[in-house]
Amino acid sequence: MAETHVQTVTWKVKDEEVVSPWREAWRALRKNKLAMVGLAIILFFVAVAVFAPMIAPYPYDEGELVMKNKPPSGEHWFGTDYNGRDVFSRVVYGARISLWVGTFSVIGSVVAGTILGLLAGFYGKWIDTLISRIFDIMLAFPSILLAIAIVAILGPSLQNALLAIAIINIPTFGRLVRSRVLSLKEEEFVMAARAIGMKDSRIIMQHILPNSLAPIIVTGTMGIATAIIEAAALGFLGLGAQPPEPEWGKMLSDSRQYIQKAPWTVIFPGLSIMLTVLGFNLIGDGLRDALDPRMKN
Amino acid sequence: MALLSYSIRRIFMLIPVLLGMSIVVFSIIRAIPGDPALTILGEKASPKAIEDLREVLGLNNPWYIQYFDYLKQIITGDLGVSLHSGASITQEIGPYLAATTELTIVSMLFAVIIGVNAGILSAWKQNSWFDYCAMLIALIGVSMPIFWLGLMEQWFFAQELKWLPSVGRDNSRNPVEAITQFYILDTIMAGQWDQLWEVVKHLILPGVALGTIPMAIIARITRSSMLEVMRADYVRTARAKGLAQFWVVYKHALKNAMIPVLTVIGLQTGLLLGGAVLTETIFGWPGVGRYIFTAIGNRDYPVIQSGILVIATIFVLINLLVDLLYAYIDPRIKYR
Repeated sequence: MAETHVQTVTWKVKDEEVVSPWREAWRALRKNKLAMVGLAIILFFVAVAVFAPMIAPYPYDEGELVMKNKPPSGEHWFGTDYNGRDVFSRVVYGARISLWVGTFSVIGSVVAGTILGLLAGFYGKWIDTLISRIFDIMLAFPSILLAIAIVAILGPSLQNALLAIAIINIPTFGRLVRSRVLSLKEEEFVMAARAIGMKDSRIIMQHILPNSLAPIIVTGTMGIATAIIEAAALGFLGLGAQPPEPEWGKMLSDSRQYIQKAPWTVIFPGLSIMLTVLGFNLIGDGLRDALDPRMKN
Repeated sequence: MALLSYSIRRIFMLIPVLLGMSIVVFSIIRAIPGDPALTILGEKASPKAIEDLREVLGLNNPWYIQYFDYLKQIITGDLGVSLHSGASITQEIGPYLAATTELTIVSMLFAVIIGVNAGILSAWKQNSWFDYCAMLIALIGVSMPIFWLGLMEQWFFAQELKWLPSVGRDNSRNPVEAITQFYILDTIMAGQWDQLWEVVKHLILPGVALGTIPMAIIARITRSSMLEVMRADYVRTARAKGLAQFWVVYKHALKNAMIPVLTVIGLQTGLLLGGAVLTETIFGWPGVGRYIFTAIGNRDYPVIQSGILVIATIFVLINLLVDLLYAYIDPRIKYR
């Protein structure tokens, strides 16, 4: 995916290859050890999620009660939970849920935020005032509370948790795109495009969006980390995934009363959340340094 | 003068935000698909009970009348009546609010003291082993789900080692006599030193759990902000005139480096208030967060609404305070 993109923007000027900014960024990123660790963590969890049925030795929703709360062993690497279910298999399937919720909620926020940010920044006037005020109001709530409010309306389920997380993160991307549009509008190449009579839609597609992509990617990557934590938090509060879905946050709250007897049922799901989130944060940090040298320190 | 007019404008800008917040909170109950009263009472409720509840919640009026009634109600400080306990939420929420505030202040103190100093030391000794360790811990801290950290703390320090209590605000066999509801103040005023020690012990685990993420974020921001300031000319001048490194760092550099840190502290306090829902649930802390959480279980929508409204209002006021402080500390900022 990254490769094909690089291909399209690499061009030749007088037979001398000009390195596209994306390739340059990838080179910088590759040298960043922490970012590569992050990438490895993410790829590992993606592989676990994709091949879950092959990796998991047991079904995630069936267990034998005689086997309940057994410590880690050769048969059950992460032990068993209060229902005698294999914790390892549940953690493996849980990767699917967390990555799915994290990625798709951020895609939702990015799409909605970009559209609203473009409208606000490009057309200004009352549209800008209206959209910006709505963002202000949404940001006036601590995000997890807003998510709780949305789930309280829609009813607890994984879908609704995903929707709630997507909604609460819209202002982050909306504001980002708006401020990019405002500064790009003053750039000479945009004014030139306007002067030659280019249509608004083409200016947006050809000039504004490509030039806003880098900060969106950086914020989006970090956004996945936040979204995964938020989804697990909602699951933990019983407002997200419902049993028997092996969602990591829900596993924590279900097992917490057995924590003294069977700490492994709480340690492993939590560790998985932390590692996945760490992976996205590391790669996000690296992308920021690689794509936006001004923010580097 | 500019500062004063900026402050007034900034306060006036709050009005649309507060109104918008009231609309959002107002919508919580009305946006429930189907009949909210039926959702609250469940399928088995009698039509009479549902009709009564609709009357209590004012759902039979047109929505704009409902909204103006609601607005009038909250402006006069009436947060409604809990469906579960039947008590006035305005009265009920007081002790919960005090408990949350006490926990938030303790967490923030922990986060600021450790975070700012770790950030300063990291910048001062850039690329040392201390820097690497501190930044690694900060990175893990940022990625830590606080509810998991809370559970691990509870398991290890309370249940395995038995060093600290795992739930509540005080020793139930020797309860604190509440005067202000801030137990640290209450025990000091009463001169109950053994109780004060109990209260402090109860605060440690939830305080650390809640404060870890802000601590990590503050440490990272302080470090990068300090590194920037340390390169400035006036810091070099201070060094050149032979000022001890300690004073250069803590007196000259810190003052300017604190500006971005302050903004982050303001933002993080708001997040703490949100994170309190999770921490309070784990540690059985009788605060607003747990009040809301319990209300969700009981489908006590008026409590959910008012709890969220109260916390969001505090969040908005904290951000106002930070903005004003910011303008006061940094005269360069534009008063737009």
